[in-house]
Amino acid sequence: MPVKIAIASGKGGTGKTTVAVNLFHFIRQFRTNHVLLVDCDVEEPNDLIFFPDATPVDEKDANQLIPEINTDKCTFCRRCVEYCEFNAIVVIPLVQFAEINPGLCHSCGACLVACRDEAITEKPYSIGKIRSHTIDGKAHLLVGSLKIGSAMQTLLIKTLKKQPVNEAEIILYDSPPGTSCPVVTTTADADYVILVTEPTPFGLNDLKLTVDLLRELGKSFGVIVNKAGLGNRDLYDYLDKENIEIIGEIPFNKAYASVYARGALLKQIPKEIEDLYQNIIIEIIEKTGHYA
Amino acid sequence: MKTVITSTGNQLSSTFDLRFGRAKYFCLYDENTKETKFYQNPNTAANSGAGVKTAEKMVELEAQKVISGDFGPKAKDLLEKFNIQMVILPDDKRSVKEIIDSIQ
Repeated sequence: MPVKIAIASGKGGTGKTTVAVNLFHFIRQFRTNHVLLVDCDVEEPNDLIFFPDATPVDEKDANQLIPEINTDKCTFCRRCVEYCEFNAIVVIPLVQFAEINPGLCHSCGACLVACRDEAITEKPYSIGKIRSHTIDGKAHLLVGSLKIGSAMQTLLIKTLKKQPVNEAEIILYDSPPGTSCPVVTTTADADYVILVTEPTPFGLNDLKLTVDLLRELGKSFGVIVNKAGLGNRDLYDYLDKENIEIIGEIPFNKAYASVYARGALLKQIPKEIEDLYQNIIIEIIEKTGHYA
Repeated sequence: MKTVITSTGNQLSSTFDLRFGRAKYFCLYDENTKETKFYQNPNTAANSGAGVKTAEKMVELEAQKVISGDFGPKAKDLLEKFNIQMVILPDDKRSVKEIIDSIQ
């Protein structure tokens, strides 16, 4: 079984992608080529930007099954309407009208159980794309892109996680920001979660929310403090008080930020950054028991 | 011609409700008979799909025109499908009666 590590944060822009992309890079350099990076930030996936030489391997639709009502068979009894928790079904007996709104449907299948007239069948409906890329035939990137307007982030993330892992020994999940369902789905099966934060009041506030979430989920986790040197010491006081381990600190550096902004994160890596990730990888490997 | 006006209460003196899907009440006004009838909206607390369910209700009430503060995209699609005219009165604080008087 591959080791699964999720990279999350409450706040957006703390450096999840920076950490995920660097871990992917340095795991290849120091440990194994058999690593898979999964971009679970399906509303704004951008891990691939840092790998311009990655070769596309596969592209497919991720589908949601949406029921359809055959009005020739429908008796307009409205049983399906009663069953639907999401108000996705409109049945108007007066005008013999029956329709399911794909934007509201959660594909739970309750209406299929409700219907006694065999008037409802499920049809695939695309919620986005899943693309697979490889670096050298061993390391892979898996990217999910949600269709604009779709509310099915979690289904797309679950579908991403069902894709073949190509003999990966370590799987990295780059999580979306926040603390809601997409984050829960991303971290749910992770062996370890890395929380990336910044020492600002905003970083701290959102980190606290994510720590609460992970404790409720019973996940083991540690913190990487990015942009260290900015803000104040409140974050460190909190981590100390809560007995949360800092597994790495990335100093704030304008030159390094500008390299990121050019998408050249993996082109010019300062020596101290390389050492830092090497240590982080050793830490994580100890915690997850991966000895490849 | 039947018109629905979204209302915050079940009286003609009640203030117009700017919400469509989650309006407290609907006042159904019949231009021919000048009769009004109030219906409580069962969708005010719906987790999702309040607009669609309320649009469905408009069809059932055989309304040809709906006056509200605004309409969401899903409700709009359904109302359009049944040729129900949507009239938007943004930020209107008048009573239902005043609105009825203005459309006579």
